[in-house]
Amino acid sequence: MKSLAELEAIRNKAREKVMVRKDNDGIRVVVGMATCGIAAGARPVMNAFVEEAAKRGLENVSVTQTGCIGMCRLEPIVEVFTPDQEKVTYIKMTPEKAKRVVAEHIVNGNPVSEYTIGSEQ
Amino acid sequence: MDIARGHVLVCGGTGCTSSGSENIIKEMEEQLRKNGLEKEIKVVKTGCFGLCALGPIMIVYPEGAFYSRVQVEDVKEIVEEHLLKGRIVKRLLYDETIHEGSDEIKSLNEVDFYKKQMRVALRNCGVINPEVIDEYIAFDGYKALGKVLTEMTPEEVIQTIKDSGLRGRGGGGFPTGMKWDFTAKAQGEQKYVACNADEGDPGAFMDRSILEGDPHSIIEAMAIAGYAVGADQGYIYIRAEYPIAVKRLQIAIDQAKEYGLLGENIFETGFNFNLELRLGAGAFVCGEETALLTSIEGKRGEPRPRPPFPAVKGLWGKPTLLNNVETYANVCQIILNGADWFASIGTEKSKGTKVFALGGKINNTGLVEIPMGTTLREIVEDIGGGIPNGKKFKAAQTGGPSGGCIPASLMDTPIDYDSLISIGSMMGSGGLIVMDEDNCMVDIAKFFLEFTVDESCGKCTPCRIGTKRLYEILDKITKGKGTMEDLDRLEELCESIKAGSLCGLGQTAPNPVLSTLRYFRDEYVAHVRDKVCPAGVCKALSKYEIDPEKCRGCSLCSKECPVGAISGEIKKPFVIDQDKCIKCGACMAKCPFKAIKK
Repeated sequence: MKSLAELEAIRNKAREKVMVRKDNDGIRVVVGMATCGIAAGARPVMNAFVEEAAKRGLENVSVTQTGCIGMCRLEPIVEVFTPDQEKVTYIKMTPEKAKRVVAEHIVNGNPVSEYTIGSEQ
Repeated sequence: MDIARGHVLVCGGTGCTSSGSENIIKEMEEQLRKNGLEKEIKVVKTGCFGLCALGPIMIVYPEGAFYSRVQVEDVKEIVEEHLLKGRIVKRLLYDETIHEGSDEIKSLNEVDFYKKQMRVALRNCGVINPEVIDEYIAFDGYKALGKVLTEMTPEEVIQTIKDSGLRGRGGGGFPTGMKWDFTAKAQGEQKYVACNADEGDPGAFMDRSILEGDPHSIIEAMAIAGYAVGADQGYIYIRAEYPIAVKRLQIAIDQAKEYGLLGENIFETGFNFNLELRLGAGAFVCGEETALLTSIEGKRGEPRPRPPFPAVKGLWGKPTLLNNVETYANVCQIILNGADWFASIGTEKSKGTKVFALGGKINNTGLVEIPMGTTLREIVEDIGGGIPNGKKFKAAQTGGPSGGCIPASLMDTPIDYDSLISIGSMMGSGGLIVMDEDNCMVDIAKFFLEFTVDESCGKCTPCRIGTKRLYEILDKITKGKGTMEDLDRLEELCESIKAGSLCGLGQTAPNPVLSTLRYFRDEYVAHVRDKVCPAGVCKALSKYEIDPEKCRGCSLCSKECPVGAISGEIKKPFVIDQDKCIKCGACMAKCPFKAIKK
């Protein structure tokens, strides 16, 4: 170990990997991971959320999974819960869309309306 | 993909390992592979979560689901339901963590067991994988060492420890900063730093859990101590009976060396520090500081008179700083958060927190860390979850064989060094054994004396012979052969042993007798005068009898009796021959009509 900067670099890199391990009262991203969701490609979507959040060092964001909410044809479905706000439900998600949701909604607070369930009708 | 979306933390402390957590980890990895999740879910073997009574324990993040008493057969369900589909397996959740009537999981900090705790020394236990240095660094590990080496002078470090009010956690409670100061000011080129990990009190496992769960915190603190007092070599004296702790410490030392956090020229500041393990062979007396240092030197572990204190003449006659594991575990946090932060926790003269190993007649057996000043009642009733089977609290024993019993009437005493001494017990290293109405206090005193008789090193007479005589008198009393004069003789002998013994072992050995005599004299008197053991523990004083009203003459008891002491005619009341009876209680357990009374 040569310097504090070197230690800090190891710390930051290691921190990405352990962020998931703490109580979280911030934003929750919930991915539908029932059979229908997985079949429609929910797993890469979920991984994209995890990776994006870690890459940006978003320590108050947790990514979890849930079962089928009954709209299998719209899977992969992702719900974003922000404290004190109404939840936003995104449908037919892809890893690319996930990255945009992280950037625009989670970081900047502007839900991506064209991906939400309301845009379907 | 490098970053796992979920982490499965499985306790790898000694408690959970003995209830099978290794197999659970293997099965978990196997099931994850089967389901193609091995890259998404990371399995982490951690240190102790503290709730040993409910082990093996598993926590799944990000949900924070706290699974207790997990069996190998349950793992498949956890993987297929929870990890694959996101449906938490409710039947395995620790009851306390579920909000009534809702699906939401409580945060661990809301659970009664954790609510009143404050984890400083145990902060990383159950959070990180102790065998991976990067995880320790992720939680600010080695930052304190970096800060000390690059920004602080040794004098500033010692002042910070002094200001924090930290006192030795091994039991004595000597101010840590002063000890560091003495060692720093002692004359001599070569100095040493040592760590006392020879935890030997029956029922105590705080230090073991810290070493198993967070070994780097001790290594880092010892390096800081080395810088402060001017030592370049450290020794950790640990008992060989702690194989997991020994293994993880060695791994941690190797990793720290590889990263250049131990060795030569650390952080390019010119500071050198090396660390070695020394294994103890399990002699209790080696927890005494001078005996421990003698043992590190490779000699027979016997204490020597003080002064000179180790700070002046320690290892190989050189100035040596010796602190306990838990004391070191607080050091990095004090450096990082400041002396004021630490001094704001606890009571006026006892700062910070204390780890206790809760054992005996209590629901939540395990490891707890509380701010100083918490009352015994809070520990037993709120954190410990009370006494099992609706029994009544009788006493708590703190400080192991050196401590004493605290009766129910003193349950609201705030726990700190000075208040415990004033009520005839002591903090000790932190074992806390809870006793209910089924425990006989004379028997408890006898148990601890038996331990000290065994463990006395034999060097000085008051301890070697005195404890033996104490034990003999106690044994006589429990057999119903004591006299009232024996009680006075006990007290007199206790005072002589306290005054005349060479080291802490002998000086404190009479404490269990003195404190039980002080608070439970009536029990001693009952044994001596009435020849009765109120708790029904002392076999020689108990008597089994068959109630002829209730006995149906089924003969089950006479078949069960190992010595043929019960006889009678079928369908008529049976009788116990008191001369033959060995008071094993087998008949009482067998009787379907509850006709046998003790």
